[in-house]
Amino acid sequence: MDYLPNIIFAVILIAGVGYFARNIKKLIRNIKLGHDVHTSDNKGQRWKNMARIALGQSKMVVRPVAGFLHIIVYVGFVIINIEVLEIIIDGLFGTHRIGLKVLPESVYGFLIGSFEILAVLVLVAVIVFWLRRNITNIKRFKSLKGWPKNDGNIILYFEVVLMCLFLVMNATDTSFQSMNAGNVVSQYISPLFGDNPDTLHLIERTAWWLHIIGILIFLNYLYFSKHLHILLAFPNTYYGKLTPKGQFNNLEAVTNEVKLMMDPNADPFAAPAEDDNADEPAKFGASDVMDLNRIQLLNAYTCTECGRCTSECPANQTGKKLSPRKIMMDTRDRLAEVGKNIDANNGEFKDDGKQLLGDYITKEELWACTTCNACVEACPVSIDPLSIIMEMRRYLVMEESAAPMELNNMMTNIENNGAPWPYNQQDRLNWVNE
Amino acid sequence: MKEQLKVPTMAEYMAEGKQPEILFWVGSAGSYDDRAKKITKAFVKLLNNANVDFAVLGAEESNTGDVAKRAGNEFLFQMQAMMNIEVLNAYEIKRIVTCDPHSFNCIKNEYPELGGIYDVIHHTQYIKELIDAGRLSVKGDTYKGKRITFHDPCYLGRANNEFDAPRNVLQNTNATLVEMKKHKRTALCCGAGGAQMFKEPEKGDKDVNVLRTEQALETTPDIIATGCPYCNTMMTDGIKAKEKEDSIIVLDVAELIANDQD
Ligand code: SF4
Ligand code: SF4
Repeated sequence: MDYLPNIIFAVILIAGVGYFARNIKKLIRNIKLGHDVHTSDNKGQRWKNMARIALGQSKMVVRPVAGFLHIIVYVGFVIINIEVLEIIIDGLFGTHRIGLKVLPESVYGFLIGSFEILAVLVLVAVIVFWLRRNITNIKRFKSLKGWPKNDGNIILYFEVVLMCLFLVMNATDTSFQSMNAGNVVSQYISPLFGDNPDTLHLIERTAWWLHIIGILIFLNYLYFSKHLHILLAFPNTYYGKLTPKGQFNNLEAVTNEVKLMMDPNADPFAAPAEDDNADEPAKFGASDVMDLNRIQLLNAYTCTECGRCTSECPANQTGKKLSPRKIMMDTRDRLAEVGKNIDANNGEFKDDGKQLLGDYITKEELWACTTCNACVEACPVSIDPLSIIMEMRRYLVMEESAAPMELNNMMTNIENNGAPWPYNQQDRLNWVNE
Repeated sequence: MKEQLKVPTMAEYMAEGKQPEILFWVGSAGSYDDRAKKITKAFVKLLNNANVDFAVLGAEESNTGDVAKRAGNEFLFQMQAMMNIEVLNAYEIKRIVTCDPHSFNCIKNEYPELGGIYDVIHHTQYIKELIDAGRLSVKGDTYKGKRITFHDPCYLGRANNEFDAPRNVLQNTNATLVEMKKHKRTALCCGAGGAQMFKEPEKGDKDVNVLRTEQALETTPDIIATGCPYCNTMMTDGIKAKEKEDSIIVLDVAELIANDQD
């Protein structure tokens, strides 16, 4: 039964990757509950944005300390995962450090050596992150409670464990240590484990297995966590808004109706123009996640819950209930709820008497927004909380006529005299002679 | 001794069979709001001084619909937009200048899809253009040595990436420009945007304009410069709330330049 470890490894690997794939499929299905949007334009600019914002993390360094540490963890984590490739091959084929067979010792040593240094840097950064999150008085972290707070910490613990396992694995690998190339860090921890070759081998094997199992758990944890952003930041920045921030979309369905109303030759009884039920939205604006578009739903899954948006929000800074981070988290929570509903009802959504508006996001929050775009500017992964706020305002006003009274007065004035105040349009030029 | 402003309308130009260089979009605030009317007049004074061939729509101008759109009333917005576009297109307008960043953003970015395609600029951009072209000169002594801090309007700055034009214009006054900690991209809103101007704020522990005014006061300015009629109102109210109206004034960039003319 020499192959037993290989088989066990293959089973664990397939189970881990398979479960992850299943969740990703669900995620895509959930995102597709939203309206389709045209995004096939400006491919060049989109790739550039992705490279700059997601890969280059250009928005992270706006806050230099956090940005720098984040880049270390990010680069460290991505690069160290190259090591996982070796683990997978070794695991499947029963080899040991296959890298040594294909690469010259010096190159292999250099690689592993860099990984070890990065592992230490990641450890340091993660500890600082933990302190920032839990000890210092940073409002955007302190205001997180319950799951979102734990989620942030869990991932940090994960990283500590994975980095330690990697270093222990190297430190207790006697042949690797005796090669004396690449053990830049592990040579110093190696003595801690004594020199009994059997014990060392046992520890090495345990660390090796835990390392790969840990990575698979990490992978599957992502789906439930704000850490989906390490994957979704890429598509999300690709699909990010390219037009000026101040430009809000014009609702096409409204355009058609207004044109009809303004056209003196239009026959009011004529059947609506062709492609009437093509993909016209059933309602104006959004009261639930299905009324949002796919990019907005992708935004919700991508949100890292960092709170940079909220800390820049004028409404939030002055004690109002509105928090753009909460808008994104609510959207994601509701979307996850709808997804579970669909899973439980054989692929069909069964009305659960709830919706995003009211059950998650209140009117009070929506009406506090100044549409200033500070949240959009602050977001490190190109999320647009403002567009969701606007869709819900549209629903409130156009479907429910539920604007605050003063706003209704203002709009009636515009309708009647072309100004938000009750002045006569004929008097528009009076200022010249006043 | 009030000098008479020359404000021709498009209808008058049309009657003479002429086209102006530029249409001045006065906007609702600029037409009716007492404080904003002063900004409108200051800007017209500059246009007159620079001998700009401009016109206004007068009673043919209607609200852009911007504020209705931000309040969520897409219907009203598009009705207003299409009415205005009909008028503008009938006059074959090519270029528009306005003192209101909200009108600027709305006509520039949201009208094109509805059939209104114009070259739209903000008045601070136009003043810069006039100065650069040598058509307008600034004395540079009225505010010499004064401390001026410029408050970025959200819909000019973040929304449309114009941060430099107002600052460049202000440099001509030889005043000392001081920046708030939160400026340009990270500037804090004055609190008026998104239809807030027309309603009471939601419950909170402070008004946004007061917070922004406090940020401005940190720079110990003599003058807070604005580029938007709504910002102007908000900052003026903020100064009053802080009881600083005796030592600090809030002026639009156009007013500062108009006061610094021969
Ligand atoms: S756009 Fe609205 S939600 Fe975003 S920062 Fe401004 S006020 Fe807050
Ligand atoms: S929307 Fe962006 S800035 Fe706001 S919490 Fe999410 S990731 Fe952070």
